[in-house]
Amino acid sequence: MAHAPLLAERARAQDARAVARLISMVEREDGSRLPELKALHQWTGRAHVIGITGPPGAGKSTLTDKLVAELRGRGRTVGVVAIDPSSPFTGGAILGDRIRMNRHATDEGVFIRSLATRGHLGGLSRATAETVRVLDAAGYQDIIIETVGVGQSEVDVVRLADTIVLVSVPGLGDDIQAIKAGVMEIGDVFCVNKADKDGAERVIREIRAMLETAVLNGAATRFSELYGALAAMGLGPDAKAGPGPGAGEASFAGAAAADEDAAGGYFQAGAAHHIANQARGHDELALPPVLATVAETGQGIKELVDAIKAHEAGLAATGLLAKRRVENLAWELGKAAADRILSGLEADERRGYLRAQAEAVLGKKTDFYDALEAIAQSLRAGS
Amino acid sequence: MERKIRVLVAKPGLDGHDRGAKVIARALRDAGMEVIYTGLRQTPEQIVGAAIQEDVDVVAMSILSGAHNHLFPRVVDLLKEKGVDDVLVIGGGVIPDDDIPGLKAAGIAEVFTPGTPTSVTIDYIKQNLKRKA
Ligand SMILES: Nc1nc2c(ncn2[C@@H]2O[C@H](COP(=O)(O)OP(=O)(O)O)[C@@H](O)[C@H]2O)c(=O)[nH]1
Ligand SMILES: [Mg+2]
Repeated sequence: MAHAPLLAERARAQDARAVARLISMVEREDGSRLPELKALHQWTGRAHVIGITGPPGAGKSTLTDKLVAELRGRGRTVGVVAIDPSSPFTGGAILGDRIRMNRHATDEGVFIRSLATRGHLGGLSRATAETVRVLDAAGYQDIIIETVGVGQSEVDVVRLADTIVLVSVPGLGDDIQAIKAGVMEIGDVFCVNKADKDGAERVIREIRAMLETAVLNGAATRFSELYGALAAMGLGPDAKAGPGPGAGEASFAGAAAADEDAAGGYFQAGAAHHIANQARGHDELALPPVLATVAETGQGIKELVDAIKAHEAGLAATGLLAKRRVENLAWELGKAAADRILSGLEADERRGYLRAQAEAVLGKKTDFYDALEAIAQSLRAGS
Repeated sequence: MERKIRVLVAKPGLDGHDRGAKVIARALRDAGMEVIYTGLRQTPEQIVGAAIQEDVDVVAMSILSGAHNHLFPRVVDLLKEKGVDDVLVIGGGVIPDDDIPGLKAAGIAEVFTPGTPTSVTIDYIKQNLKRKA
């Protein structure tokens, strides 16, 4: 059956069945989703996308459940994309994130969808990006992506988010090492969950120490970029003298005063750290918020949402939100283009052509570089 | 991409054991299906909400507490109310033979009692999907 962009229209009216159908089309890479997604395009770009990642069992789903409740309490509608790995052997999956959140299943202001990693051609990030866009166009105001933070593809997924929350827990030992190995830079808000357990204080100290080291080494972290922009607007920790240079330009982003107030909250959320630093007589370092939570009881959730929202406000007030979205989309387009070229190369006729070129190289009829040029040209011709 | 069969495995009612539900969830996964598991003590409203959002092909419910005559048909009715007519609803658990005809009349496509090999359930699902796989 050919779908006119009819589902899109129903999805726009937050018809849950239409939203669900569209996501299924995204998941199976159904070509007929394209007119629907194109029709939805004009409605996208309004949601605040929040990525939650961390090791399995850290409490991400429990946190998500509590975040949804808190955001609903603040009058926001919420979409959730919960990603679980598929079995590499059977392709099947048990998607269990809903266990922690299904109480929201009867709330019309919440839409939760579980995605399996499957063998997505365009990669998991493609399916997730399209799912987020469907929820965004449907009018969900905050969209949470929950994913296990282990591999590159998961990191790619959280890159789709405006605000990234990295979740750690006490008692994992080298897990902190895993964070250090390349994910640290992308964290906007750090959350140490299971703070009811021994060792939470130590994990918080370790994360702060790692962040300090990163800052001192001049690492290009997402939060230091934001701090720089906020400080330039006079919203930083050193903002004693009121708005600094750059504040004028900053308002071009349409940043409302309310946004700026909230943006200052990103600093306040990290304030405990600054106070500790001052007590030790250190220079103040601009570190992102590192917050303790007990997702099971809801302790610290309000503060976590405050920090997440302050971060969003900071992005909006500085114009970084628009800049990041351009960067993210450019990355996504590049990846989609590369995938398309790759699938062109993997087509059967192409394989034969590659083999013929290989034979020609080995038979000294051509050389490697001329063969490569010929292949590149044939790809260009074929596209 | 090939169409995956998606199944919501749900435990309505108040009983606190989900070993049976977990066994069937694993068996369905091993048969290549995507299983959304919602955990214990789900209301029919929650089950239907999840079934719609997850766009499942099958709702598989398991119950041990004896409330099946009320809860299973309630799920079928709520699905109908929401205009969902292409989801296969099946049940399992401790269900007396005498209750089965009534459940089927109420729209439960099949009922699997304890001891049914999981392969029977898997085959049944594959052969009775209401949507084209
Ligand atoms: N002690 C304690 N346990 C928690 C907390 N948050 C979650 N849990 C438990 O940790 C387990 C894993 O939680 P889940 O949310 O599924 O983790 P995920 O794999 O990261 O999504 C569950 O048994 C939760 O009940 C917490 O703050 N403290
Ligand atoms: Mg989870």
